Amino acid sequence: MSHPAKASEFLQDPAKSKWHDETLWFVRDKRDKSTKSVPEWEKLRDLASQIKDNVLANLGSYLEEFERNAKANNIHVHWAKDAAGHNEIVLGILREKQCKAIVKSKSILTEECHLNPYLEKNGVEVVDTDLGERIVQFLNQAPSHIVLPAIHLKKRDISEIFHEKLHTEKGNEDPDYLTQAARIHLREKFLNAKVAITGVNFGVAETGEFVVCTNEGNADMGVHLADVHIASMGIEKIIPKREHLGVFLRVLARSATGQSVTNYTSHFRSPSPGKEIHIILVDNGRTEQLGRPKFKDSLKCIRCGACMNTCPIYRRSGGFSYESTVPGPIGSILSPGIDLQKHSSLPFASTLCGSCTDVCPVKINIHEQLYEWRQEITKAQPDKAKSFAMKFANGIFAVPFAYNISGSMMRGALKILPDSITYSGLNTWGKQRDLPEIPNESFKDWYKKNRK
Amino acid sequence: MPSTPHIGLFIPCYVDQFYPNVAIATLELLEKLGCQVTYPMGQTCCGQPMANAGYERDTVATTKHFIRVFKDFDYIVAPSGSCVLHVKEHAPSIDGMEKEQSDLHHKIFELSEFLVDILKIDNIKGSFPHKVGFHASCHGQRGLRISSSSELNQSPFNKVKQLMANLEGLEWVELDRKDECCGFGGTFAVTEEALSIQMGKDRLDDHSIHGAEILTGGDMSCIMHLQGIAKRNRNTMQFKHFAEILNEAIS
Repeated sequence: MSHPAKASEFLQDPAKSKWHDETLWFVRDKRDKSTKSVPEWEKLRDLASQIKDNVLANLGSYLEEFERNAKANNIHVHWAKDAAGHNEIVLGILREKQCKAIVKSKSILTEECHLNPYLEKNGVEVVDTDLGERIVQFLNQAPSHIVLPAIHLKKRDISEIFHEKLHTEKGNEDPDYLTQAARIHLREKFLNAKVAITGVNFGVAETGEFVVCTNEGNADMGVHLADVHIASMGIEKIIPKREHLGVFLRVLARSATGQSVTNYTSHFRSPSPGKEIHIILVDNGRTEQLGRPKFKDSLKCIRCGACMNTCPIYRRSGGFSYESTVPGPIGSILSPGIDLQKHSSLPFASTLCGSCTDVCPVKINIHEQLYEWRQEITKAQPDKAKSFAMKFANGIFAVPFAYNISGSMMRGALKILPDSITYSGLNTWGKQRDLPEIPNESFKDWYKKNRK
Repeated sequence: MPSTPHIGLFIPCYVDQFYPNVAIATLELLEKLGCQVTYPMGQTCCGQPMANAGYERDTVATTKHFIRVFKDFDYIVAPSGSCVLHVKEHAPSIDGMEKEQSDLHHKIFELSEFLVDILKIDNIKGSFPHKVGFHASCHGQRGLRISSSSELNQSPFNKVKQLMANLEGLEWVELDRKDECCGFGGTFAVTEEALSIQMGKDRLDDHSIHGAEILTGGDMSCIMHLQGIAKRNRNTMQFKHFAEILNEAIS
């Protein structure tokens, strides 16, 4: 299904859509207040952007430096070319450790690789330990937002899910009560897992360490109780030096939720005695994206989600309308690089308002890349493009196309046609909007009479 | 630069066809402020609708034509942030006209930026006793930076507000979301119709609940969309380009 169809579906429930819009606007507003309390905010964005430019220009050497230093710290380093490779590496480690149940903290990369269904198919129980992720996992859904995975659900929905899955009291929507039930449920899973999987927010080339940011402490809880820690990291998550965390940790949480820093910022450098750390460096299309000059900057993303919270489309259409692992504006410039056919409506799911670019903490020119993807899509998919053009021509903007000839005819026609034709099903513009009142003469006509 | 610069008036195609009063107000306002203005009759469309729909490559001829029509003016002024942004940032590069095109990019201005940055007009004296809500068009705002963006950590400014600041009786309405998109977006208005309408309704509500009598802005495309929704829903809000307000109010 295309984005417009999915968006229309979401808007069928106006109260919920309005609530979704207001909830995410609230997060965006918190972000605004928080960033405005940092006088050097725009300088931080510049710095973060420049560091990421440097990373992308030297990605190979930073990755090798990271590998050398991580190995020296007794971390096992694996390389995965794609999602399948990543998943096989994970399963291989689990088989070697004879592990049948794992806990996993939030990792959008493992969503991208569809790790959960793969492991479940191979007889491994996967428990997502981020509260929002656990909730969507109960529903067999994917996260609808990369930072707030269950933002599409209301308290009432969660109460019902917990009643069914965790046997909480029916109708009890008290957040403290529900959270407590989740804690008890997850505690048991934490205690029984021999292997814990986490994502990675930043890998530091200089030291071979990596950093995981959470608000719930669930990554730490999992890792500290397990014998083996597997960390999945996209290759673009590398930063050159530890001191650069002083930039990125300041912009990440403020951009994401308006917090000054995430509640837990955990540095992993080497395994405790008797334990193991494995890190899997995953490409899965990133090198290809790096090779596209107009789109490579999308790899600067630190997955804060600010572009989703600010996007007037995302807020009113929900994360699932994008049908891609990373939804919202950043997803709309990443996903066409992975599957142009499947995601061809996403770059058009935007008014090019540019708000995403202005909130982005690493200054990705998101709306410019949306524009550029449109140019690529109309070249690659003439049929698809034609349908857009057709719809377009059916709107009143047929006028500019054949301006001089059709302009006066169009004005004439619009004046005499009955509304039933002007606002017929063909005219998408007129379904819920009136056309402007048609003037007797164009400006050009007026000018001829009045100025020359 | 000659003592009285010669201004080429660039009127977006849909403004020419649907909103001649906006074009007339722009012309009269510039003339009242002492400018020498000509509307070159050969102008057509800047090519933005095609380019934003993914056909920038098909706008080469349109762009060439635009450069030829406007290259000899000292300045080019348009009552549209969106079309000016297109000419500056998205019109394809034309082989053999590099210099003319680059010069053009430095002398084309949206109306409020021309008045404030080039004519150095601090504010305009006159009277306009109405409650006015301002809709910041995204291309004017985040593209041309005609007003500050709520996303950025910068001192607030708004060139249109500055021009209206001294109009007697004018009450500037503060909105909850001062720079949220109205949902027009060119092709978006028809390809994502449901979202476009919802975004427009939300913008109108913001103006209504804060008591705006007149909704103004710098891009008639946004206003055409908002006005169309308002009319369909029997909302009595009035709509004017800021050039109409300034031209009406100026004493």
